[in-house]
Amino acid sequence: MIVVTDLSHDRDGVATLKNINLSIERGGVTALIGPNGAGKSTLLSLMSRLLPIQRGTIMVDDLQIGRCPNDVLARKLAILPQSNDTAPLLTVRELVSFGRYPYHKGRPDQRDREKVEEAIVALGLQPLAERRLDSLSGGQRQRAQVAMTFAQDTDYVLLDEPLNNLDIAASRSLMAVLQELARNHDRTIVIVLHDINYAAAYADRIVAMKDGQIVASGSPDEVLTETLLWTVFETNPKVHRIGAKVMVQV
Amino acid sequence: MLHKRLCVLALLLLCVCVAGYLLLGSRGNWGFVLSFRGNKLVALLLVAVSVSTATVLFQTVTQNHILTPAIMGFDALYLLILSVSVFVLGAQQFVHLSETGRFLLNTTLMMGAALMLFGTLLGRARSDLFRMILTGIIFAGLFRSITGFIQRMIDPNDYVVVQFSSFARFSRINLPLLAIAAALTFAGCFAAWRMRHRLDVLALGSDAATNLGVNPREGMFQVLFVVSVLVSVSTALVGPLAFLGLLVVSVARQITPTETHGLLLPSAALVCAITLVGGQLVLEHLLNLNTPLIVVVDMIGGLVFLGLLLRRKRR
Repeated sequence: MIVVTDLSHDRDGVATLKNINLSIERGGVTALIGPNGAGKSTLLSLMSRLLPIQRGTIMVDDLQIGRCPNDVLARKLAILPQSNDTAPLLTVRELVSFGRYPYHKGRPDQRDREKVEEAIVALGLQPLAERRLDSLSGGQRQRAQVAMTFAQDTDYVLLDEPLNNLDIAASRSLMAVLQELARNHDRTIVIVLHDINYAAAYADRIVAMKDGQIVASGSPDEVLTETLLWTVFETNPKVHRIGAKVMVQV
Repeated sequence: MLHKRLCVLALLLLCVCVAGYLLLGSRGNWGFVLSFRGNKLVALLLVAVSVSTATVLFQTVTQNHILTPAIMGFDALYLLILSVSVFVLGAQQFVHLSETGRFLLNTTLMMGAALMLFGTLLGRARSDLFRMILTGIIFAGLFRSITGFIQRMIDPNDYVVVQFSSFARFSRINLPLLAIAAALTFAGCFAAWRMRHRLDVLALGSDAATNLGVNPREGMFQVLFVVSVLVSVSTALVGPLAFLGLLVVSVARQITPTETHGLLLPSAALVCAITLVGGQLVLEHLLNLNTPLIVVVDMIGGLVFLGLLLRRKRR
């Protein structure tokens, strides 16, 4: 369980997060939504120790972010950073192999190699395994990154807007993969999403943020209402309910 | 497998160059010839290893394959120290200074300057590598203009001494000095080799490194510290070597196209050693020229740099 207590953050004197209290249960996909500048990415960066914590605490199970050793946390929590143009000359297999680095520190054994193969198979990357990253499409590269976090074998996976620059097919297949990871591999996924409909379709929980504060959290059905969308985004789209599914008309 | 074979081949080529350099055209007392040439050979090899390693490390932390630590103004600082000391002491005094003393002074000053520059990275919440590089380039410009100013005021006879020392020369270097330089170079290279797996991770970028449990700021600072040791030692030992690192590392990347530092560090060192020893062999013993090798290397290196830039643009 990720527990955020009294978390505040300033950037250049402007408060980007104001006294956040939030707990994310184990299992499932949790989506962070909100307008630009609401503090979603800041919150995710603080959770993943990409930014130093100024006030408040974040606990991931029994590990306190900023206090526990980096490599211990790397076996508990993985991040998929926003930019994915890293190391274009690596092959897919080489990139995925890096996911095992927190365990073997440069000297992989048989088990590490098996885990890498498992990750490549789980994400259907076998035909691309020997291709270099700069020869892949955006969606395939994103998939390779996810395979790396899969090989990293962590309980928690945090993703910052992974659907940027992906077309509908790549977006849907990535979200389906994440959902499958959460359901069948017992991973806890926290994801920042811009498109509310993807959050509605694939998330088990939605946390809505505005001006550095949490406005609502709960199942898509509870959170996505016309009044809430007006409070959070200051726009008034129609919300349709088809059975248990919610759809926001854009 | 292929990489290993290539490395063995390069090692053989290096041995040929070394043997050629030691033996070709030698007449007279063997003991004298071998110790005289052996001394220069050791200097060439030390510089080769330290320049190539420093360049690989620097390119890794900056995630940029067309940068070289020379761009940060180490050469400019060396020339400034040289000009100021000739200006203050006069050429006669300067020439009689002890070599070891000058080497230690140069190394200390350059490492001090480098650490001050790299230290600015640690103060910030978000390390801004490119601001640091830009600061280095601007300081290099400042150093160069001060050097130019001093050289205009210098006695023309003294200026000849400055000009002579402005190019890297692998002339005979005394033994104690060579020993100190060797110790520092070995320490630097050993540290780099110990870090090779961590370097692979750092090359992925700071966010990805954090994800894999490597603290990027700590790693970056350690790497830059090693770079400052290696660059200071090689520059203080023989003089400025602007494009050498860039040239040999890009050639090494062509021969062994890999991101694995366990392979890249030795292959770059081998290419650099072959370039220096082989180049010196051709220049000194085959062509009987007295031109410093580095003039030739800089010209080719400059062309390679331009080529890299243009190829980048086309892609």
